Amino acid sequence: MRNLPPLTPMALIGLVGVAAFIVLAAFAPWFAPHPVSEVVGGVWDAPSADALLGTDNIGRDLFSRLVWGARITFVIAALSTAIAFLIGVSLGFYAAVRRGWIDQILSRLNDLMMAIPTLIFALVVLAVLPKNMLVLVLVMATLEATRVFRVSRAIAADLVGLDYVEVARLRGESWSWIIVREILPNALSPLLAELGLRFAFAILFLSTLSFLGLGVQPPIADWGSLVKENKDGLLFGIFAALIPGAAIAALVICVNLVVDWILRKTTSLKGARRNG
Amino acid sequence: MGGPPLADGIDTEIQAMSPLPAQKTSGNSLWSLLVKRLLLGLLLLWAVSLVIFAGTQILPGDVATSMLGQQATPEAVASIRKELGLEQPAPIRYVKWLGAAVTGDFGRSYSNRQDIAKSIAPRLKNTLLLAAMAAVIAVPLSILLGILSVLYNGTWVDRTIGLVTLSAISLPEFFAGYLLIAYFSVAHFWLPSSATVSDAMPIGQRLVVMLLPCLTLVLAVLGHMMRMTRAALLNVMASPYIETALLKGLPWWRIVWKHALPNALSPIINVVALNLAYLIVGVVVVEVIFVYPGMGQYLVDHVAKRDVPVVQAAGLVFAAVYILLNIVADMVSVLANPRLRHPR
Repeated sequence: MRNLPPLTPMALIGLVGVAAFIVLAAFAPWFAPHPVSEVVGGVWDAPSADALLGTDNIGRDLFSRLVWGARITFVIAALSTAIAFLIGVSLGFYAAVRRGWIDQILSRLNDLMMAIPTLIFALVVLAVLPKNMLVLVLVMATLEATRVFRVSRAIAADLVGLDYVEVARLRGESWSWIIVREILPNALSPLLAELGLRFAFAILFLSTLSFLGLGVQPPIADWGSLVKENKDGLLFGIFAALIPGAAIAALVICVNLVVDWILRKTTSLKGARRNG
Repeated sequence: MGGPPLADGIDTEIQAMSPLPAQKTSGNSLWSLLVKRLLLGLLLLWAVSLVIFAGTQILPGDVATSMLGQQATPEAVASIRKELGLEQPAPIRYVKWLGAAVTGDFGRSYSNRQDIAKSIAPRLKNTLLLAAMAAVIAVPLSILLGILSVLYNGTWVDRTIGLVTLSAISLPEFFAGYLLIAYFSVAHFWLPSSATVSDAMPIGQRLVVMLLPCLTLVLAVLGHMMRMTRAALLNVMASPYIETALLKGLPWWRIVWKHALPNALSPIINVVALNLAYLIVGVVVVEVIFVYPGMGQYLVDHVAKRDVPVVQAAGLVFAAVYILLNIVADMVSVLANPRLRHPR
């Protein structure tokens, strides 16, 4: 991580965007002019000095709801990504280091989970489980962990073959020592890029679930719920639903810009034969 | 089994995905490979059916109470349990369910009492039609863009394509869909905002109605496909024989077209297969946005109603379609790359 590529303008835009989002989510009470569910005007009022982005489908301030929603979106996406990494990386490294039947069992189980498209899997499970935030976080984390497992196992499998790991093994170090001291430090940079991608994906996934009405449940609202609440206005020429949608898109673009920047180091080795 | 590769748009995963698992083939005929792949697919499908069943039946939370809500009377719960056969142990229920499902009998929907198989058939047709229409547009377009961006690697063409596709990846499907509606249906009255099709509709009108959902779906998969095509091509461009061709003085387009592309064909086919997952996920959301009567809308509606039999059936159908498409992609990529017929 010490040798990140030099900052590009695009990467800077991405970093600033992500930082702004985190600040917005962290200091929501300071930024939001109104409480989340306070009715401040009529249905779908035009933007005014009081309601910067207009009002929503039952007259609440859209800007305030957007700010509060940032917090929900961020907390759920970040929590599920963190849990997914905890599970995925440790199991992935474990499988790669232990090899043999442990690897076989874990990998085949993972293949099985990945044989069902993510959203379909989530929908099937959410049909039965209670609809609350904890369940949502755990379902998202489990599904993402399969992808993290695959990537971290591939990274670790490459590293395990290298001489210094072999040396540690011959020296009689335990597998846990090898994972923490030899594999992890050398896998950090690709894992960091993966973390960004997973976070972006978690935001999209959460928004999609909420948009379908199966994610965050009212009265709490994330950005996807805001789109769902206001979508009916679209046909009357009221574009309130597009604002939270644009916010999601902007945030994901920013995260992707940062990821592209981190990945540049590895991809620029290939195909950079021609300048021009 | 290598399992069908499924990623969420990771360029790095290109290296990790193996087109076919290394398996010992006695005769190297395509047929034996095809049969093996089909059998593996069936095995996988069976395992998936187990997962889906377990996911809806064994997870904490009783199906009957979750269907009725918290304030259900004990009698109502008991009658549902009986109707769903819940008083039997789970393994027996699973065997019964699977046995009926193989013969095309998914039982009756809990919420509206309709035969599930009968409701699924026309919806599946609609969904496949929409997905196929999107694929026909998206696949050639994204491969073309991928080749263009490698041809003009590092120039403004490459950067523009890169930026546009990055944005396309980042747009949630519903945002892309509503943007299209806002422009084509609300601002101008060019295309209808809802895609309620029926069999009685003449084919021309049907295609017009499906245009917006199709475009949304294309937007959803285009970026991933293009970026991964580009990565696969660039991977090949790093080979020594490309350098030889370059040093021998061949023109750049000829190197890309004649030397790189044939060798990148198999990874590109894999890229297309990987993105079938986006197509399937995308189709669910797109159908909800445009009120298109397909499998996705059917599934989402019944998840909200907690109609477990329907959810199981729809989930199984989606998984089956996905596994089948992956097998097809595998076979096509073997056809495109004879080296895969002789596993190391």
